Amino acid sequence: SRWSRAMAQQSLTQDQLLQFEPMGNVTLIHITDIHAQAMPIYFREPEVNLGVGEAKGKPPHVTGKDFLEMFKIAPNSPEAYALTYDNYVDLAKTYGKMGGMDRVATVVNAIRAERPDALLLDGGDTWHGSMVALKTKGQDMVDIMNKLGVEAMTSHWEWTYGQDRVNEIVDGLPFPFLGANIFDAEWDEPAYEPYKIFERGGAQIAVIGQAFPYMPIANPGWMFPDYSFGIREERMQALVDEVRAKGVDLVVCLSHNGFDVDRKMVSRVKGIDVILTGHTHDAVPEPVLVGDTILIASGSNGKFVSRVDLDVRDGKMMGFRHKLIPIFSDVIEPDKEMADLIASTREPYKDELEEVVGETSSLLYRRGNFNGTWDDLICEAMLSERDAEIAMSPGVRWGTTLLPGDKITREDILNATSMTYGENYRTEMTGDLIKTILEDVADNIFNTDPYYQQGGDMVRIGGMGYHIDVSKPIGERISNMTLLKDGSEIDPARNYVVTGWASVNEGTEGPQIWDVIESHIRKIGTVDLKPNDSVVVTGA
Amino acid sequence: AMGGVAATMLPLPALADASADAIAKFTGGASMGEGGLTLTAPEIAENGNTVPISVDAPGAAEIAVFATGNPTPAVATFKFGPLAGSQMASTRIRLQQTQDVIAVAKMPDGTFVQAKSTVKVTIGGCGG
Amino acid sequence: MKNVRPRVKVPKSASAGDVITIKTLISHPMESGTRKDKEGNVIPREIINRFTCEFNGESVIDVTLEPAISTNPYIEFEAKVPEAGEFKFTWYDDDGSVYEDTQKITVG
Ligand SMILES: [Mn+2]
Ligand SMILES: [Mn+2]
Repeated sequence: SRWSRAMAQQSLTQDQLLQFEPMGNVTLIHITDIHAQAMPIYFREPEVNLGVGEAKGKPPHVTGKDFLEMFKIAPNSPEAYALTYDNYVDLAKTYGKMGGMDRVATVVNAIRAERPDALLLDGGDTWHGSMVALKTKGQDMVDIMNKLGVEAMTSHWEWTYGQDRVNEIVDGLPFPFLGANIFDAEWDEPAYEPYKIFERGGAQIAVIGQAFPYMPIANPGWMFPDYSFGIREERMQALVDEVRAKGVDLVVCLSHNGFDVDRKMVSRVKGIDVILTGHTHDAVPEPVLVGDTILIASGSNGKFVSRVDLDVRDGKMMGFRHKLIPIFSDVIEPDKEMADLIASTREPYKDELEEVVGETSSLLYRRGNFNGTWDDLICEAMLSERDAEIAMSPGVRWGTTLLPGDKITREDILNATSMTYGENYRTEMTGDLIKTILEDVADNIFNTDPYYQQGGDMVRIGGMGYHIDVSKPIGERISNMTLLKDGSEIDPARNYVVTGWASVNEGTEGPQIWDVIESHIRKIGTVDLKPNDSVVVTGA
Repeated sequence: AMGGVAATMLPLPALADASADAIAKFTGGASMGEGGLTLTAPEIAENGNTVPISVDAPGAAEIAVFATGNPTPAVATFKFGPLAGSQMASTRIRLQQTQDVIAVAKMPDGTFVQAKSTVKVTIGGCGG
Repeated sequence: MKNVRPRVKVPKSASAGDVITIKTLISHPMESGTRKDKEGNVIPREIINRFTCEFNGESVIDVTLEPAISTNPYIEFEAKVPEAGEFKFTWYDDDGSVYEDTQKITVG
């Protein structure tokens, strides 16, 4: 209710959110995976985020009540709302939207006012994820991040604008686009600056950038054919050794590896003090210690800004203090200049963005290892509009949330789907091939060796149910595949009409997925999803 | 993202025999040690048609590379001459499916050592 | 017709006794002999089957290539440079063609 919202928010103030006892001589500010969300949004954190192997039960693979207990967070508190899924709708109504780059700007400016030497680093997945970003090929976010005063970044979805567009933007960036692991594919030579050394607070700080290692696998390689990525652990060690030999006092890795890959990498590469991790969208309220290295995970969609103060002396990190600052958009005053800039980037598309397409009586979210409701809706739209038996929707971790009772605008649909390869294909696949795809994607999430994980979630399926035992090896996880319309077992030899989107194959044909969804929502008027129990998970 | 149709399957037993034969042809059936040979390959191939691999065996006379999951396992043999700066070489290879790549080095004393690396050839997932 | 073009990367100069890195590429389809054309006929194998590098007539490396080597074969290795001279690179094609490239290196 309005009353409870006002009451709840009374206890939250901007000063309180920013409150931080400064320490040491160095301050790092980390933002990552904003996915072009310039405006405040709802983003429900995952209910299911399974860790396998050594990561089982460890952050970030802790959700809901376990998460609250682990980090001693009171249920229904602002922190509980920001970091977990439980009671999401009530808490969202109480505490309001999160993020907004104008609020992020206020926080960054406040930290800089206190610590003028603070270093602002962007972990990538910045230029992609909204309709305005798609229309402007990332230019809106480039302008916003330049205004914010980012000092280095790394990359992932940036590459889906194609290598020419990336290089066009990079040529004009006032800061380095770091990627120690980005190599020229022909001669196998470094293609981008691997690191930059900053002098801050009397300390020499090396920031080494690590782009998403699995670019041409998870996204269309034909869009950036001249580059090769990979983890390149030996290269990371060589660079750490190189900057140490130059006498730096602190080594920071600005990484888009994903949390579990970073946890493994830092257990094998010696000499990194801080990893600012990204890609897997985890918001972890405390640094995770691996040996002498701290891992900082700053969430996604502009929901959080991490501030890390460090005491750096004589080439050593002597101490740290950290705060994952939640960006409550109703509590933090928007920065006027940034708000004006954001408004100007939206202006040319305003009517198109804000057009109401329908409404929802269901909570619409995506994040989680298995089907979210946004993808249930997307699969339903594809099955209905494309007359198919089975639908597949990619397990990306971005996509914002809508509350029951919300209107659905075109912008909302694009927040869950916008991309440069959004064609909704329709094809035939044998039951055997569908199983192979599910097994393959499952192994990219549940392989016990993090270096074989790509950091996405499971492909979402419509029209078909299945069982998955996440503890099994590849080829043995998926069983009981059933066609929902008639309850029949999936026949390995039979052809099924399958529809999906976001194919990495060049030349994929079909209407854009957002148009298909819009057409479907206009027909049904109100989205009202039934609970989906078509995926049965064991072995967790 | 789905839609790709590059099937990934586990190595077939018949192929394992073929690679054992190919390796035996190189070693003359001599027994195999370990150590002294490094094989570097990606955990996941960016593209199964062009997978970068490196071999390095200080002092080796020859290093042969085998793709155990390809119908024809032999890949390449590097013979190092007197002016080799090291016994290191890199190339790019075709892998038809997820499989073990094996390198075998012939050491100057006539013994053989091997190193193995699993490379996953995947349809691809969808990132965060 | 194949458009075969060899390319090499060799430092222009070195100190006597240095070990240098050499990278080589040759544009070539490396037809594996297992692919079929539209009519279902096997396309005959046609690959680069051997690559050699010599310096002033002495062997640096001699490589046997099989059909599992990727299109546009890439080979990287290291060479000792005892004196000034010339590297000679040779690629042998199944069709009998031999492609050559040379690179001089100074020592100083
Ligand atoms: Mn990412
Ligand atoms: Mn992301």
